[in-house]
Amino acid sequence: MVTGNAALKNMLSAGYKTWVFLGVVLLVLLPAVVPLSAFRFYIYLASVILLYGLAATSCNLPLGYGGIYQFHHAVFYGAGAYGTALAITRMGISPWIAFLCGPAVSALLALIMGLICMRLSKLYFGMLQISLGSLVWAVVYRWYSFTGGDDGIQGIPVPDVLASARGAYYFVLAVTGVSFFALYRIIKSPFGIALQGIRDNPVRSEMIGINVMAHQLVTLVIAGFFAGVAGVLFVVVDNTVFPDMLFWTLSMELIIMCLLGGMYNFFGPLTGAAIVIFIRTFSGSFVEFLTSSAIGLFGGAISESAADSLMAFAASFSSYWTLVLGVICILVIFFVPNGVLGFFDRLKEKGREAVAVGE
Amino acid sequence: MDILYAVIPPAILSQIFVGLSRSVILFIVSSGLSLILGTLRIPNVAHGSLYMIGAFAAYTVSGFFADSSTGFWAALILAPLFVALVSFISERALFRHLYEREHLMLLLLTFALSLIFSDLVKLTWGAEYKSVPVPAMFQGYVPLFGEMPFPTYNLFLLCVGPVVALLLWLLINRTKIGKIARAAAVDREMVGAVGINVSWVFAGVFVIGCFLAGLGGALVAPTISVTLGMDHSLIIEAFLIVIIGGLGNIWGALLGALIFGLTQSMGILIWPKFGIIFPYLAVVIVLIFRPRGLLKSAW
Repeated sequence: MVTGNAALKNMLSAGYKTWVFLGVVLLVLLPAVVPLSAFRFYIYLASVILLYGLAATSCNLPLGYGGIYQFHHAVFYGAGAYGTALAITRMGISPWIAFLCGPAVSALLALIMGLICMRLSKLYFGMLQISLGSLVWAVVYRWYSFTGGDDGIQGIPVPDVLASARGAYYFVLAVTGVSFFALYRIIKSPFGIALQGIRDNPVRSEMIGINVMAHQLVTLVIAGFFAGVAGVLFVVVDNTVFPDMLFWTLSMELIIMCLLGGMYNFFGPLTGAAIVIFIRTFSGSFVEFLTSSAIGLFGGAISESAADSLMAFAASFSSYWTLVLGVICILVIFFVPNGVLGFFDRLKEKGREAVAVGE
Repeated sequence: MDILYAVIPPAILSQIFVGLSRSVILFIVSSGLSLILGTLRIPNVAHGSLYMIGAFAAYTVSGFFADSSTGFWAALILAPLFVALVSFISERALFRHLYEREHLMLLLLTFALSLIFSDLVKLTWGAEYKSVPVPAMFQGYVPLFGEMPFPTYNLFLLCVGPVVALLLWLLINRTKIGKIARAAAVDREMVGAVGINVSWVFAGVFVIGCFLAGLGGALVAPTISVTLGMDHSLIIEAFLIVIIGGLGNIWGALLGALIFGLTQSMGILIWPKFGIIFPYLAVVIVLIFRPRGLLKSAW
């Protein structure tokens, strides 16, 4: 018991560097360790977690570090995906070059929207961003001849190297790895520090000579660019695009990912993305498992038909994953407002304090 | 009338009336949202879900009655009351603990609630389309503007809009709770300091705002097919209306709803394929020139 406790303390006090190293090793080896029977499923899951994690982390740059109400981030994610998909299918541009078009389109869109929205602050900024984003969504949703309308575009051709699940996964891993590193460097750079200063006190930052507007605008463009990268990765993994990728509900999901994982922690949004996608994928089977074990325990008390209908209800529960997500989200808002990683950080601090007192 | 037709062709006049009846629904829903946003400062994303619950509740209530007219009036009263009850429970259980938190947390809380509500609606009513009958007294069409037939029910909607606006204005400007709510919106602590229980005033305002969402849902139910996801587009529209009108300003919500409804119906007439982008375009133009909304904001 004592050793277990000590091991736990050791793990908690280990810096993020150790965790990141372990995580990277695990992710690189993942295709070798997942069961072959469900290989595609798990590899797809890991790829989607990584790319949503990138989208959420890029959303967190303005939201958590910049204090800007980035309410419609999904529009940049979708623009990146559509930019690439349209460049490949409608203009016949080679996929490798088209992969660069997507993020460029997103960054440009972020610049234009940023220029329009920047004059407003806080809630008004967020609302204008939502209305501009909805405008983009409405155009994509209706322009059947070009964007495919509400059907989207299926079967987008990608290079042969990326056609296999394994190839797509390693591409996603490499690109997200580089992107995470770049975002981390940006946050730790003088630019990133200035941005956090603006978040905490815009007036004082302006006074000491920081160009608030320029910093925020550049932040929006960087965030848009990396959201576009995530969108391109979705095209690589799934070979499809659809208008829901630019719908505002996805933006809310991205913000929820930031919240669940922790907004004031670099790896918070990635953790949140993993949590949300695990809930989406496994909440149904989890409820089924719980129900079947409950029936196993108290099976004598209820009739066979009642047990069957209970199991049928549990099986249908996989379509109610948003209910589970909503409840978890409310619990997080009330009890761990700094997210899961924020919670662990606090545990760690408490541990240190306890050690200091003990000494 | 002939002179009028010479200036504005009947087809356009009829489309204007279609837009106006859409505006009524938008106004009723967004005035509730505006009230909550202006007084409680909650960006209530769950407002759209409450509108959806109102429509589904209207379906259930009207199903109890064989006579479509009785069913309709019963639904018009009971469905919004049910929504008000749901909102009262969520306000007392959740919102009142979070009034001091930043907008982002409140936004996320209401989004989480809307996720829960939409799944509860799916559990209760199923995922199929539901249709609510148009009451017998409002069935059929009236020959308006020469040849153009206009649904009688939409004429009824056009009468309801001004009545709701008037009642809301009286409530806010001529009653005690309205005065307290306006004062609390400006300075919550001061209102509390003179011995008024602000928490209950806020609960009251929240319930009234959500009642309006339910009323909008009950009113719209006979004109559309009631289905899951009807909240998603509406909540964005309602937010944009509140923003272009000026936060917390009831007349602003009316103006915004008129702009939204009319640009939508005119847009469909001018360019059917891209009709839905015109209201968004109008919003962008308004916000570029008047970033804080057309009328004075309550903040």
